Amino acid sequence: MTTFTDILATAFGLVAGADASLVRTVALSFAVSGSACFFAAWLGLAAGAWLAVARFRGRRVVLLALDTLLALPSVVAGLAVYLLLSRSGPLGSWGLLYTPTAMVIVQTMLALPIVAALARQVVADALRDGGDQLRSLGAGPLLCALLMLLHERWAVVTLLLIAFGRAIAEVGAVMIVGGNIAGFTRVMTTTIALETSKGDLPLALALGFILLAVVALLNIVIALVPRSNELHAAQLP
Amino acid sequence: MTTPAPPRELLALHGASVSFGAVDALRDANLRVHAGDVVAIVGANGSGKTTLLRLLHGVVAYSGRREVAAAAGVQAMVFQRPFLLRLSVWNNLRLALWLAHRHMPRQERGERAMQALRRVGLATLRDRPARSLSGGEQQRLALARGWAVRPDILFLDEPTANLDPSAKKEVESLLAGFAAEGMTLVMSTHNLGQAKRLATRVVYMDGGRIDTDLPTEAFFNTGAQGRADLFLKGRLTWAIDV
Amino acid sequence: MGDRRVKGAARRAVWGLACAAALLLPALAASAQDRFITMASTTSTEQSGLFPYLLPAFKKATGIDVHVVAVGTGQALDMGRRGDADVLFVHDKAAEEKFVAEGWGLQRRDVMYNDFILVGASGDPAHVRGNDIVAALTRLAASPASFISRGDKSGTNAAELRYWKAAGIDAPASRMAGYKECGCGMGPALNIASSTGAYVLSDRGTWLSFRNRGDLVVLVEGDRKLFNQYGVIVVNPARHPQTKTALAQAFADWVVSPDGQATVAAYRIGGQQLFFPNASP
Repeated sequence: MTTFTDILATAFGLVAGADASLVRTVALSFAVSGSACFFAAWLGLAAGAWLAVARFRGRRVVLLALDTLLALPSVVAGLAVYLLLSRSGPLGSWGLLYTPTAMVIVQTMLALPIVAALARQVVADALRDGGDQLRSLGAGPLLCALLMLLHERWAVVTLLLIAFGRAIAEVGAVMIVGGNIAGFTRVMTTTIALETSKGDLPLALALGFILLAVVALLNIVIALVPRSNELHAAQLP
Repeated sequence: MTTPAPPRELLALHGASVSFGAVDALRDANLRVHAGDVVAIVGANGSGKTTLLRLLHGVVAYSGRREVAAAAGVQAMVFQRPFLLRLSVWNNLRLALWLAHRHMPRQERGERAMQALRRVGLATLRDRPARSLSGGEQQRLALARGWAVRPDILFLDEPTANLDPSAKKEVESLLAGFAAEGMTLVMSTHNLGQAKRLATRVVYMDGGRIDTDLPTEAFFNTGAQGRADLFLKGRLTWAIDV
Repeated sequence: MGDRRVKGAARRAVWGLACAAALLLPALAASAQDRFITMASTTSTEQSGLFPYLLPAFKKATGIDVHVVAVGTGQALDMGRRGDADVLFVHDKAAEEKFVAEGWGLQRRDVMYNDFILVGASGDPAHVRGNDIVAALTRLAASPASFISRGDKSGTNAAELRYWKAAGIDAPASRMAGYKECGCGMGPALNIASSTGAYVLSDRGTWLSFRNRGDLVVLVEGDRKLFNQYGVIVVNPARHPQTKTALAQAFADWVVSPDGQATVAAYRIGGQQLFFPNASP
């Protein structure tokens, strides 16, 4: 029976050995999920801000759809993108299937609803407090929403971290559209899945710990950024 | 002897009404605001003071007529609780200036901001996070924000209601200074003494209607009739039917 | 608007997108490069560890990279039909020949074989130990013991069902009380067998690399019927014009060449040869 210390020892051994393929796998995980979050941030924050202030027929339906997409299973997203990018699919000629690009696309799809839905909520709540004042100062509705994103920037950081967590922890979508190709589209989660299917559970758990540790490191770096110093937070012209 | 030119009319309401769903917040309001006026809007809670202010400022949907002269183009409003962004004092001001005057050069914006800070006595707190200021300081910053854009009319919604007595005095003296500079002010207040000290004209509101509109002297001494009179004497009781 | 604030935001947007492009560029560059093929193979082949041994030799000889997507045999053939793979490397001769007959593949060639083994708890409650798989399965069906089937259209699964049929049992699920289908790969099936003391048919490669054996031991091996034949098929470009046919053909030609065959034979796990080359010259 493998003990907890055995697993930790395996994890430390892997890290100390700085095994090249492990480093590459971790780097790819971060590159794919980081890029996905990056695109999801731009699209999602804009969409969320807009949805908080736009008034149009069918708005409630859109919000309902957005909230439903929060529960989009990663495998379903993976299958949808697979059918699109397959050579017998509409975008087959782009040759994107089984590449990291396809993985970024599918993870952006998964992260986007989270960013948009949460950003919309953050902006709507903030506008309840200060919307009147900003409008009075001369800001149009969309500019009010964007200013509120700036005002609630730490809430925005938190929701981006949530989206990043969803991306880096998922395995179904990247497995289907990436193919888990050794040295090319293999990321931490698909490696863990592979080792589990091979029966090497201690190794799988050790890799899981390493993944969590790297994400923890990221969070520590973010937490160290001083929050009380508002001057660094926004440079206006 | 030449008669002084009558003050320009900046803003006028004719039979304006505002409702929020089934509730009539303001009914059939007729009001004119002239350059140099210091109008105090008084009345009990729920009488429609804030709605009237928002209507004058143009941020609420209404029926009836609202006329704004070209000379009243730049307006600013100070709320009871100032909403400040999580930025420094100085950046809050510069943002307000940018929002009001998009093409102002960066340097001029900075200068006007500093000017405004000095005017309200907050120059030393320039780089502090705006939200770390005390209640009185925050309200002074809101006043600086309003003053900096050189508004034709400055609206204020119970600006001293949440302040302690010394902060109240500071804000009042600033407002008196603005009025002395010739700025047109329209403010709502609970504080009848404040209305007496600052205003040139008092508008009394009751149940969503403008009940009385008189020069200050007249309102407080001889002219207040009926419910306005009762209000002054503090003898308005809650009616069971309205 | 011409205002600096908007310009500043726009500048940051461009910088940000440039960063993203820089991150993705290696990936895009790799996918844009032509000297690679996508090979659909099976999880058991990949887990045997053959590819990190075989493919670098191929690259050295031809400069072509091989991207292996490892799925079940059924899925691999489907990938071929969809045109998402350039070459197939699986081990289900009947299904492969059907694939070529239907026009999805150009030609099927034998490459190598490994073998299947029946593993189970060392106590062997059903008394199947020996070297006759059909007899073993007959005895198994009559006993209350559990048997784990992969049930995933894989080559191993297809072989397993053929052995049951040879023992006169057409639908083991209905005939045998302890028959359980997991719809999973070889590793997980072995895991389940290991933790529940059940019997399972495995390929030798996965078994040799499997580290969670528990009480499982090899009970039946050496029967000629248990040999597992591998074939290579180049996907037909007539159906999917984007297939990298020339490069895929280079692989098919190499793996049956003396060079490729020698590399296959040289692969060992724990000193044991796993795959036996048998391409016809």
